[in-house]
Amino acid sequence: MPDDVTFREAMTTVLRETLAADDEAFLLGEDVGVYGGAFGVSRGLVEEFGPERVLDTPLSEAGFTGLAIGAAVMGMRPIVEIQFSDFITHCMDQLVNQAAKLRYMFGGAASVPLVLRTPGGAGTGAAAQHSQSLEAWFVHVPGLRVVMPSTPADAQGLFRAAMADPNPVLFYEHKLLYNTKGSLPDQPETYEIGRARCTREGGDVTLVAAGLMHNYALEAAETLAGQNIDAEVINLLSLAPMDSDRVCESVRKTGRLVVVEEDVRTGGWGGELVTRVTEGPAFYALDRAPARVACADTPIPYNKRLEASIRPSPERIVEAVTQVLANDPGRYV
Amino acid sequence: MATRNKTSASTAASTLSDLSAERQLALLEQMQLIRAFDEKVDKLYAKGAMHGTAHFCVGQEACAVGTLCHRHDGDVITGTHRGHGHAIAFGLDPYRMAAELLGKATGYCGGKGGSMHIADVQAGMLGANGIVGGSMGIACGAAFAFKQRAQDHVAVCFFGDGAVQEGIFNETLNLASVWQLPVLFVCENNHYAMSLSAEKATAGGSIANRAASYGMPAEAVDGMDLEAVYTAGARLMNGCRGAGPALIETITYRYLGHSKSDANRYRTREEIAEWRANDPIERYIRTLTERGLLDDERSQALVEAAADQVEQAFGRAERDPEPELSSALEDVYA
Repeated sequence: MPDDVTFREAMTTVLRETLAADDEAFLLGEDVGVYGGAFGVSRGLVEEFGPERVLDTPLSEAGFTGLAIGAAVMGMRPIVEIQFSDFITHCMDQLVNQAAKLRYMFGGAASVPLVLRTPGGAGTGAAAQHSQSLEAWFVHVPGLRVVMPSTPADAQGLFRAAMADPNPVLFYEHKLLYNTKGSLPDQPETYEIGRARCTREGGDVTLVAAGLMHNYALEAAETLAGQNIDAEVINLLSLAPMDSDRVCESVRKTGRLVVVEEDVRTGGWGGELVTRVTEGPAFYALDRAPARVACADTPIPYNKRLEASIRPSPERIVEAVTQVLANDPGRYV
Repeated sequence: MATRNKTSASTAASTLSDLSAERQLALLEQMQLIRAFDEKVDKLYAKGAMHGTAHFCVGQEACAVGTLCHRHDGDVITGTHRGHGHAIAFGLDPYRMAAELLGKATGYCGGKGGSMHIADVQAGMLGANGIVGGSMGIACGAAFAFKQRAQDHVAVCFFGDGAVQEGIFNETLNLASVWQLPVLFVCENNHYAMSLSAEKATAGGSIANRAASYGMPAEAVDGMDLEAVYTAGARLMNGCRGAGPALIETITYRYLGHSKSDANRYRTREEIAEWRANDPIERYIRTLTERGLLDDERSQALVEAAADQVEQAFGRAERDPEPELSSALEDVYA
């Protein structure tokens, strides 16, 4: 199988596969048709499946997300694209009060098999309203699943899992991933939502991340290896449900934990993960206090140097690990 | 998306008098059942025998009954927080509704929904909704499914005059119209969004006109007159079938407060009395009497039968079991 597939190509392929396999699946969002999606993910699909399966919506996130929820309740398989994850604010009622709640408040009688794809994250110089990482908001809402792929293989494996899931799934794609390349497995794989994967084994420190940050963590691990520090890297893949058991297992081996997330530090999902590790028996396996690498508590600035200064980077991860190992509390990043 | 030509609505407006005597009486029974249900719930709250909140549609019965009597098998509805009438007019069982209001395991939602979330998704009742305007997109989604599957069903979307000021009203009317989705939007303009009068909230005055500006057939009708709602319902709901959206603005009134905690400080007793004098049930009784289909005795018997059915529903529901505590953690993830 090809080993130089871009994340974008992997997404397009899995969308095509989904639309071809299920007549009840449809893609809708702003500019997903002839334009091919703001990030080019749906390029060619409207030509192939027609405008009744790949629907250009008016600018109305609440309206078309609500429509997707209704269609999902009726048994269809909508795939919603919210052009930038920041625009999700327009459809918060639909996601939080409707999609996440219908099943529960109807006593299990309804199911909302909706997949909402959205490009998130900073690093593109697009400033405060086009760069946010809002995924932690949805981790806080029972009834929603939140997944974040890191590689082309993850994108396909997680997307198949999301489509097979009877729950609403938020599918976060980091904008900086679209042009990254990777290999695909020989046989199509469907991931299990809520199952983290160890992507690098090591004995000195556990690095946990998801999405693009996972790739940064792997990069950091390579640098650390050059300093004789052997980092284990766990790719969470799914933030809700969150596989904290897998993280605890790793911490029992390494005794040290560094969580990397791109959302702002305060109220981020990293705080939840650290709590889960420290409130359980894995606490006693820790040799050092855990650390978090996250965005500063600020909107994302436009200036590229300012932007880079507040975002996690492989260098900042290396620095955090070094400080954890040096046991120097108060200087953690 | 390819647009479908709208099928022309039947030119012969169907009227209630075209229906069989039995069917005409059944509509009265339904309105009385709705009223008896809400009046019973109001009493239970006043006694402290029920918790949470509830919103009553006493006075608005003709809106749901007059539109939903045109429904065909396979049609669906979405309701509002003031939704007991929608559910009953759609055919839901007052006993299971009562059980839900009492939080019982036998309720439509197993006691996890309550008054504002009654649903019977299997039957096509896609839920009352606690968020104003919250179900408008859902109704469009059901209509979208009908269109994609080439089914001639209609999604009936109830909402109040308050929802008209929410962004989702604009978004869904526009979407339904540009995509020609078979949704019948039924606005129950009961004149108040909690305490704010529609007069102070609705620029331009007419809700039906707003809908017309989206290019869909729209009519304002006297919501206190079952006959008028029925006639508009026949025309507009048939127009939706296999075609695009339409809107009915039913001009109606809620006799009771917004919810059980409402002291009604924003309107006068005289105003309420004036509307009560135009009561949709009384008015329809007069029509049926004039048609020789009803006399005082029969009329009284129907009122008593409705009250009795509601008493029995609540009596049975009260004896039903509470949900298992473990069910609180069920149905979060399928």
